[in-house]
Amino acid sequence: MRPEALPAVVNADPVLRRWGRNLTTTLLLEVGSQSWLLRIHDGVMAEVRGGPFVMPSWIFALRADPAAWAEFVQPEPPPGRHDLFALIRHGKLHVEGDLHPFMSHLLWFKSAFAALRRTEIAA
Amino acid sequence: MIEPIIGRYLHLQIEGKPHRVYVEEAGQGVPLLCLHTAGSDTRQWRGLMNDAAVTQNFRCITFDLPWHGKSSPPEGWWQEEYKLTTAAYVAAIMAVVEGLSLERPIVMGCSIGGRVVLELAASQGARLGGVIGLQSSSHVDPYYDTSWTHRADVHGGEVCAGVVSGLMAPQSPEDERWETLWHYMQGGPGIFRGDLHFYKAEGDLRPRLAQIDTTLCPVWLLTGEYDYSCSPEATLETAAAIAGSEVEIMSKLGHFPMSEHYAHFAEFLRPLLARILDARVSKGGNEQ
Repeated sequence: MRPEALPAVVNADPVLRRWGRNLTTTLLLEVGSQSWLLRIHDGVMAEVRGGPFVMPSWIFALRADPAAWAEFVQPEPPPGRHDLFALIRHGKLHVEGDLHPFMSHLLWFKSAFAALRRTEIAA
Repeated sequence: MIEPIIGRYLHLQIEGKPHRVYVEEAGQGVPLLCLHTAGSDTRQWRGLMNDAAVTQNFRCITFDLPWHGKSSPPEGWWQEEYKLTTAAYVAAIMAVVEGLSLERPIVMGCSIGGRVVLELAASQGARLGGVIGLQSSSHVDPYYDTSWTHRADVHGGEVCAGVVSGLMAPQSPEDERWETLWHYMQGGPGIFRGDLHFYKAEGDLRPRLAQIDTTLCPVWLLTGEYDYSCSPEATLETAAAIAGSEVEIMSKLGHFPMSEHYAHFAEFLRPLLARILDARVSKGGNEQ
């Protein structure tokens, strides 16, 4: 599943809607040379826009190693590639910017990005 | 159905202060003292304590470390910042050993518990029957900012659960994974972070490993392959530094083997406990 398909899945998930009720932010997802801006409002993924961007504005950014990200989105990811923090631990994901929205909604972001595993096509 | 676990409160002096400590036990035989992970409590051992294959030969005991679960913090707790240290951790464990008059118990701990059993083997080995370290390593380098787990503008329970959620294997049953997270959601403010002071800073036990005499106190290490906090590599490195220790890497398990998927963990634990029992009986050891 590509990030563009996330809103349909995330917004239809009542658990994520409830957990994310206070979450409003914009983040940049970067996987190698590809990038997306994800705009979230009150837990609703309002927009996912693909790059490239000239002057992107975001609250925080997730920058992932493409090979590691491809393993992360597999239905049964291998050890070290199965979780956003596992990627961080192994230096395959870098988080930067204002981390408050990310850390205060960590379960939400982990679950939302795990939704990319619902099909086998890597981002 | 009523579970066979009995819970009681034990009044102890730990480092000169009175403590009220919650203790659970089930079974009879060789004392097996079980230590929970950072920021959690005795409920992590519910699978083991209900496993008749274990409790028929082992008196399984687990307690909530002070400040955790149903154990109270010491009087005046509101005036201090909680920070676990090696000395305080060992003192609490040995106070329980003495309080319950346990004869050469096997001590099994996970994560911070897997760390402290290395110190127990080094300094208390003659009083123990051996140690089992789950997700055990002598040190861990920090890989995230733990201050996020204790600040007023982030829900402590939710962020602690969020931090540890990925440490479990994706194959572990959903209900057991979420039960494990529920315990993390119930920790007191700053307690997980205070435990991590021991785990990631003060409790670097690398210099202590050479003090361990495994002929006096055997050391067995079991680590789940999905753990990126205490990785299999870290456990193997620790085992290599302890002459005579045994190590096994467990497939499809993570940082909380006894709580995230007990049935699978038992496939690794039961054969080890059977060997421990055989060795203890053949030595004519006390089965209490």
